[in-house]
Amino acid sequence: MSISAAHIGGGDRGEPSPEPSRKPGFIGYLLLLPGGMWLAIFFLVPTLALVGTSLYDPSGSILTGYQMTGYWQNYVDAVRDYAQPFGRSIVYASLATIACIALGYPLAYAIAFKSGRWKNFMLVLVIAPFFTSFLVRTLSWQLLLGDNGFVVDVLQTLQILGPEGRLLATPFAVVTGLTYNFLPFMVLPLYASLEKIDHRLIEAGGDLYAAPFTAFRRVTLPLSMPGLVAGTLLTFIPAAGDYINAELLGTPTTRMIGNEIQDLFTAGSYPVAASLSVTLMVAIVVMVFLYVRRAGTEDLV
Amino acid sequence: MPGSDLVLKSVTKRFGSFTAVDDLDLTVPQGSFFALLGPSGCGKTTTLRMVAGLEEPTAGTIHLGDQDISHVKAYKRPVNTVFQSYALFPHLSVFENVAFGPSRKGAKGVKALVDETLELVELGEYAGRKPAQLSGGQQQRVALARALINRPQVLLLDEPLGALDLKLRKQMQIELKRIQSEVGITFVHVTHDQEEAMTMADTIAVMNGGVIEQMGEPAELYEHPATTYVSNFLGQSNLIAGQVKGVDGETLLLEVNGEKLTAPAARARSDEGEVWVGVRPEKVFLTVTGAGATTAGAGADPGDRAGSNLLPGGVVSDVSFVGVSTQYLVRMPWGQELQVFEQNTGTRDSLRAGDRVDLHWMPAHTFLLDASQDASAGVVLGDDR
Repeated sequence: MSISAAHIGGGDRGEPSPEPSRKPGFIGYLLLLPGGMWLAIFFLVPTLALVGTSLYDPSGSILTGYQMTGYWQNYVDAVRDYAQPFGRSIVYASLATIACIALGYPLAYAIAFKSGRWKNFMLVLVIAPFFTSFLVRTLSWQLLLGDNGFVVDVLQTLQILGPEGRLLATPFAVVTGLTYNFLPFMVLPLYASLEKIDHRLIEAGGDLYAAPFTAFRRVTLPLSMPGLVAGTLLTFIPAAGDYINAELLGTPTTRMIGNEIQDLFTAGSYPVAASLSVTLMVAIVVMVFLYVRRAGTEDLV
Repeated sequence: MPGSDLVLKSVTKRFGSFTAVDDLDLTVPQGSFFALLGPSGCGKTTTLRMVAGLEEPTAGTIHLGDQDISHVKAYKRPVNTVFQSYALFPHLSVFENVAFGPSRKGAKGVKALVDETLELVELGEYAGRKPAQLSGGQQQRVALARALINRPQVLLLDEPLGALDLKLRKQMQIELKRIQSEVGITFVHVTHDQEEAMTMADTIAVMNGGVIEQMGEPAELYEHPATTYVSNFLGQSNLIAGQVKGVDGETLLLEVNGEKLTAPAARARSDEGEVWVGVRPEKVFLTVTGAGATTAGAGADPGDRAGSNLLPGGVVSDVSFVGVSTQYLVRMPWGQELQVFEQNTGTRDSLRAGDRVDLHWMPAHTFLLDASQDASAGVVLGDDR
C-alpha cells in the first residue's frame, strides 16, 4: 500500500542521481531484466494484441479467423452500443469510491490517531476479509441483502422500504458490493498516509487559531491527500472494470461494462470486446491523469 | 496592548504517576524576555505547553492579565508558539504558512501584514517557496514570523535554535533579541542551553525536576547561585567541602581542609556548620609555589594575595588550551580536582602538568551553599550545549 502511495505521488523522486564517475552498471540492467521481461511478456504484448484485436474486421469469427483491416469503426460501434453500461460503470464505481471514502476515512483516522494499543489489531481486522475468497464474500451479500434477509425485514418494519421493496438486484446492492470489496484498498493507503503526519503540525494548527474542524480541513486533510489519491485509484479503477458484483448482486439492468466485455468475449466477438476494453482503459487513464493533476500531490509524499 | 503579565499559580501537571511540573509559581512580566532553562525532562516544555494550551494543568491556574486561561482551548488563546523543529506546514508555501493565523482569525489586509512580517525576518523574497526548499535558519525565521504575525500577548519558543549549527545559532540569538525589543511582545523561551539563555533573556528561571531552582537576572544567577544545581548547570563551579567557624561582622570565617578562608555573609546560602565553599573557575588565580609574586592573570594584583583566600599545595594535573583561555585542572592535597580558567593574556607562559601551584581568589567571589545538596547536581557531562 505504501508502495503505491509513494509511486503515485513521488514522481521522479525515487530515481537515483547518475554518478558521473561510474559507468552505467551492467548489474543494474541485469537486475531490471526479470521485471522488464515480465512487463514485456505479460503487459506490453497483451496490450498491443488487444489494440490489434480491436481493429480487426468484425465480420470474421473465431472459427473463420479475423481479417486485420484497421476497422476503427469498432470503436464507434462500441461506444454507441455500450454507452449505457459504460456510464453505469463510471457512476457505480464513483459511488462506491465516495462510499469508501466516507466509510474508510474515519476508520483510517481512528486507526492512525485514536486506536492506541489496538492499532495492529484493527489493521488485522481490515485485512482479515482477504482470508476468504472474493467470490464467497460477494455471494454472502446475496444472503445479507436477500428479500428474506434481516436487513430488508428491518427496513420494511421501519417503513424505509416499502412492502414490495427490495435491496438485492438493485443498483444499491451492486454499489454496496463494490464498496465492501474495495474498502480495504481505501483504508490501507489512507492509514499509511495519516499515520505519517507529524502530530505537531496539527498542534501548530490549533496554536494558530484553527478550531479542530478547521485544523482538520487545512492541515490533516491536505497532508493525507497522497493516501486519499492512492486509495481512490485503487478503488475506482478496479471497481470500474468489475463484473462480479454486478453479476452476483445485480440484474440485467445493472450490468456494467465488465459484464458486457466478458459476454462479448465468451460469444466470440473479439473485435468489439477488445475495442471496449481499450476504450475503458483509455478513459480510466485520462480520468486518473486529470484527477492526480487536480489533486496536485507531487509535493506531498 | 493592556497590561498582561503571565502568571502561573501553583501549577502542577501529572502524567499518570509521573509529576512533570510540581506546584510551580511563576510570573512573567509583560514585555520581558524570559527563559526557562533546564535539562531535558525537567518540565520546562510541559510548562510551555500548558501556557500554549496544548496540555491542561492537573492543578493550579494560568492567568494572562486578568483572564484565567487555564482551561481555554489553544486556538482561543492570545498565545503563539514557535515549535521545536518548527512544525511548518509542508503543503503550504512560506506565505501561506505565515498567513495561516491571520486567515483563521478572519483578519483584513492579510497580504500586507504577511509581507511586512516576512520583511521583519528578512524573508520577503522567499514567500513563494515551500518549507522544504529552505535552510534550517530560514525555516526557523518562518516559524517565528508565523507566530509573530498574530501579535500574541505571549510568544512561546520551544528550543527554537536547537536544530541550528553553532554559528547560525549565535546569529539567531542576536536576531531574536532584536525582534523581541522591536515588537515588545513577552517572549518565553525554553532551552537547555545556558549560554543561549544568558545571552538573550532578561530573566532566567532554572528548572530541575519539575520545580524552579532559582529565578533572576542572568548575572544574578551566575554570581549568586542558590543551589549546587544552579552553580553547576549555569557555568561551572568549584565546590569544596568546608565548615563555618565564626562570624566577623559581615564576613564568615571558614575552614577548608585546614586552611582559613573567608566569605561575605551576603553570599552565603548556609551560614553555619558544614557548607559547600564555591568559587567560579575564572575567578581563581594560580601562583607557582615558592615563586611568591608571580601571579597569573591580567587583573591579579600580587599584593592582593595577603587578603585572598589561599589554598596552597596544588599540582597541575591537566592543561587544556582553548584559545581564548587555558583551562587547568589542579589536584589538591585532599585529592579533589579544581578547575581554573586563565585568560591567555600572554603575561606568562602557561603552566605544565606536574607544576606545583597555589590557588587564590578574592573572598568576595566566594559563595556558600547548603552542604546537604549534591555537589555534582547539574553538572553537564559530555557536551557543552
